[in-house]
Amino acid sequence: MINQIQRIGERSVNFVTQLGVAGLMLMSALFSKPNWKFLRLVGRQVHNLGVLSLPIILVAGLFIGMVLGLQGYNVLVSYGAEQSLGTMVALSLLRELGPVVTALLFAGRAGSALTAEVGLMKATEQISSMEMMAVDPFKRIIAPRFWAGVLSMPVLAFMFSLIAIWGGSFVGVDWKGIDSGGFWSVMQASVDVHQDIFYGFIKSTVFAFVIVWVALYNGYYAKPSSAGISEATTRTVVNASLLVLALDFILTILMYG
Amino acid sequence: MTEKKLHLAVGSFVLAGCFALVLLVVQVAGFSFTQDQGSYTLKAKFDNIGGLKVRSPVKLGGVVVGRVEAISLDAKSYTPVVTLRMDQQYGFYPETSSLAILTAGLLGEQFIGLRPGFMDDDIELLGEGDFIDDTKSALVLEDLIGQFLFSIQDNSKE
Repeated sequence: MINQIQRIGERSVNFVTQLGVAGLMLMSALFSKPNWKFLRLVGRQVHNLGVLSLPIILVAGLFIGMVLGLQGYNVLVSYGAEQSLGTMVALSLLRELGPVVTALLFAGRAGSALTAEVGLMKATEQISSMEMMAVDPFKRIIAPRFWAGVLSMPVLAFMFSLIAIWGGSFVGVDWKGIDSGGFWSVMQASVDVHQDIFYGFIKSTVFAFVIVWVALYNGYYAKPSSAGISEATTRTVVNASLLVLALDFILTILMYG
Repeated sequence: MTEKKLHLAVGSFVLAGCFALVLLVVQVAGFSFTQDQGSYTLKAKFDNIGGLKVRSPVKLGGVVVGRVEAISLDAKSYTPVVTLRMDQQYGFYPETSSLAILTAGLLGEQFIGLRPGFMDDDIELLGEGDFIDDTKSALVLEDLIGQFLFSIQDNSKE
């Protein structure tokens, strides 16, 4: 009995400590002074995290859009409301699927890579040697990756939504023969720049923040062994995905009540 | 990978992202940048607004000339007050104009139909914040059915 309580106490202390350490790491990443060299590092990471994630995002977006178009068409046509397909596809993509699916793919593609990279740096003592040379690893390793992730995720989410809407119109208009004027004009009448596109942008930025934070924390504080790195990578993908889904629910309540 | 190639890749990535955003705003949300013609508000009281929503269109002969900006309730008379934001590019309407809440199709969205009134020497144009007096409420299907049943009962008694 006492052992049980002890274990609960130990767990909570560990949890709070982890949160504190992660918060400190975030702070030092956010408030590092940017200079020219730092921007170059960010550029390199935007390439790693953003440009190299592009193929998976675009292919996934195209297929999700096409499936959405097909399923939506099958339901809507039985009410004679197939013209509303554009609205359905665009709203569900801009509000939910665009940010969330992009975030899940981003966690799997870029988050895991971040954790593994930083974890291996830790395991091979590259980070310790940086400290020996009076280079701050938070500024040199963590901050550029953090900012690059927060920058690239919204861009990826926009591209995802765009190509998915195109996929939906491809199925709806070109294959199933919905009138293209109706498809686009009904969509344009119901999609709002502030309510839908801007809120989607906020969602994807928040998700990016969480994913990169979780990934970098898990990598930086991974056990310096091969088993430790594999464990940390798994934890990144699982925790980041769950956090994204939970946060999406909270953000949706706040935005659309 | 050389520095130049890397910069090219990152640059085109960012540009493609901006392009996607602009395309979403223009093509999907139907946002037009030339809309800065100014606007003014009109108000109207209805007995029943049915399923009218904020951002529902105001149409004149099928052309969208404004949108519903706010819907509130007049606390004294318990009647809904609808505020309309009208595009100035279509000009102003005489105070004899009337509004009706119409439905697009049988099950479609509700919108406000504007019917411009006649123009005479002593009739002024509606300006910022003016009320349109001549309004027709939304048709509520349940009320219609109720009236219909009522009239059937009356007929069968005679």
